[in-house]
Amino acid sequence: MGQIIFAVLLAAGLGFFAWNVRKVRSNILLGRDVDRSDNKKERWKTMLLVAFGQQKMFARPIPALLHFAIYAAFVITQIELIEIFVDGLSGQHRIFRSSLGGFYTFMISFIEILSVAALIATVTFLARRNLLKVPRFNMKEMNGWPKMDGNMILFMEIVLVTCIFTMNGADEAAHKQLMGSSDPYYGFTISSLISPMFEGMSLESLHTLERIGWWGHIIMVFAFLNYLPYSKHFHIVLAFPNTYYSNLEKKGRFTNMESVTNEVKLMMDPTADPFAAPPEGAPEPQRFGAKDVTDLTWKNLLDSYTCTECGRCTSSCPANLTGKLLSPRKIMMDTRDRLVEVGDNKRKHGADYDDGKSLLGDYITEEELWACTSCNACVQECPVNIDPLSIIVDLRRYLVMEESKVPSELTGMLTNIENNGAPWQFSPTDRLNWANED
Amino acid sequence: MSLVVPTMAEMMAKGEAPEYLFWVGCSGSFDDRAKKITKALVKILNETKVSFAVLGTEESCTGDPAKRAGNEFTFQMQAMMNIQVLDGYEVKKIVTACPHCFNTLKNEYPELGGNYDVIHHTQLIQELINQGKLTLKGGGTFKGKKITFHDPCYLGRANDVYEAPRALIEKLDAELVEMKRCKTNGLCCGAGGAQMFKEAEKGNKEINVERTEEALETSANIIATGCPFCNTMMTDGVKNFEKEDSVEVLDVAELIANAAEL
Repeated sequence: MGQIIFAVLLAAGLGFFAWNVRKVRSNILLGRDVDRSDNKKERWKTMLLVAFGQQKMFARPIPALLHFAIYAAFVITQIELIEIFVDGLSGQHRIFRSSLGGFYTFMISFIEILSVAALIATVTFLARRNLLKVPRFNMKEMNGWPKMDGNMILFMEIVLVTCIFTMNGADEAAHKQLMGSSDPYYGFTISSLISPMFEGMSLESLHTLERIGWWGHIIMVFAFLNYLPYSKHFHIVLAFPNTYYSNLEKKGRFTNMESVTNEVKLMMDPTADPFAAPPEGAPEPQRFGAKDVTDLTWKNLLDSYTCTECGRCTSSCPANLTGKLLSPRKIMMDTRDRLVEVGDNKRKHGADYDDGKSLLGDYITEEELWACTSCNACVQECPVNIDPLSIIVDLRRYLVMEESKVPSELTGMLTNIENNGAPWQFSPTDRLNWANED
Repeated sequence: MSLVVPTMAEMMAKGEAPEYLFWVGCSGSFDDRAKKITKALVKILNETKVSFAVLGTEESCTGDPAKRAGNEFTFQMQAMMNIQVLDGYEVKKIVTACPHCFNTLKNEYPELGGNYDVIHHTQLIQELINQGKLTLKGGGTFKGKKITFHDPCYLGRANDVYEAPRALIEKLDAELVEMKRCKTNGLCCGAGGAQMFKEAEKGNKEINVERTEEALETSANIIATGCPFCNTMMTDGVKNFEKEDSVEVLDVAELIANAAEL
């Protein structure tokens, strides 16, 4: 019976997750194409260092260490999860124990120690969010669901760890009762400290307790897995592809707009016919810049799903620090929320459906965009190599080139560049005057 | 000592080609404060007999502020015109004292067909000192002084140049003190992304004031920069705190020219 329930749970859990992953993938692929297939070696290296090694987290050592504890426990626990899967499907109990012997005890003990570290980290994180009120977790864009999301994940982690120790501790106590002095302990480091709490309980109760822990744990695992695609916590998966597909160019290099290059070349070519019809089969001209999520690249969209809303970007943003409306984290959250909306609309009403809304205007305002100094602090800070700046620039491009919405002082600057080759109103003939002044 | 500033046109007329094109930039050409930085660099180039020339009246804005403001048309028009001029003179190496020009010429011109070896003036000066072509004569004016370096975003984070300007400051008889936010964590002066040419959006503080406050916390006597825009912003910041009598804002090139008694 247990095996059947487990098999159904497993199939449903994995199936629903796969269905959601497909949805996320198809949303991300709504973005424009960008080539990130080059330089594979460098990409693997970046992924290993930044995602696997969490290199950039360590710019802030205390949260980095706590985060690393949870990360390490999570990764190593996957080994125990394999056994749980095999046990669940086969109806065995701790199937690897007899064959692995001492190594098994070592492995489970290792997982237990990491789990305690993770538990400490989780409680600290809850305190940082709710008691210490670390500013970056309490900004405007975090109100409502994002704050709740963060707390739910931490709460689920506590339940997971509690289940593991209930399971191991009760099992340890039961084993001791059964085997007596001939083989008194499993000897798992932490649960042998817990098991005395269960002494005096009947074998039957211990068994029930162990099952509660076991089932509780595996149900939480499936719940957690399926919560991911709805949550900022999806970063635990997407951090890897996102760092692999990082921008490897210098941060100062903004993308070149080829569509503009073609037009400028035409303008500068004296032999070009300005009234010539576009060649047969030429692709529909693209919108300049980005108005909505579908004008962004798939990497921008992958970035948005990868964002775990830690707010390091915003806490280092000069505009945000000085009270401006711009928050790079909000740019990422808005992009993701709008993408989910656009994707759902397309699935519900067909690919051509237009809800009359857009990322620019309905989510992100002009005031936010014009506050950016393009200093790259947000890009530098992001522990998973998200690039909010490229979204900001693409939205600006749309404003300026499609709608001519430019702050008036900048119109002057642009006119000056076009007329006299400098952002200020100086005559180009005076450019070398400095050489003859004292 | 009068400055020797040959133009590319003059050089070409004589059938010569300089090793470096010195890209002066709009600030360096027109802004009164930035002109002093330009001249300090020319003094160093003259002293070390570096073969260079400027474009003079043939130089035009790289298009950086247009690109950051989102106007790719204006940017590319400027870039293509500049590339025609640069390629006409067969320019290979460019040195510039403006990190914005540096970034644009180095990173954004290649895709439009302009390929040059571009360096920032602090990198060239470092090379000249390392080669023994420039010696600092005691640098007495800096004795016992504290200098802090403000990283220009387009030199630091944008292009990973953090060490050249610091190596130069360390050659002075002064103490280099770092701000809390420096190098990769450096805080912007507030001028980048075309902000130099507009009022800041509504907020509760000016970015340059926030940054200057941090610089003043180091109790430095000199705030060194490597960017004419940063220089303007930090100078304004110092004035905001009414510290202009005790704290100077200087470009690294000015510090070196001073220490070399040029």
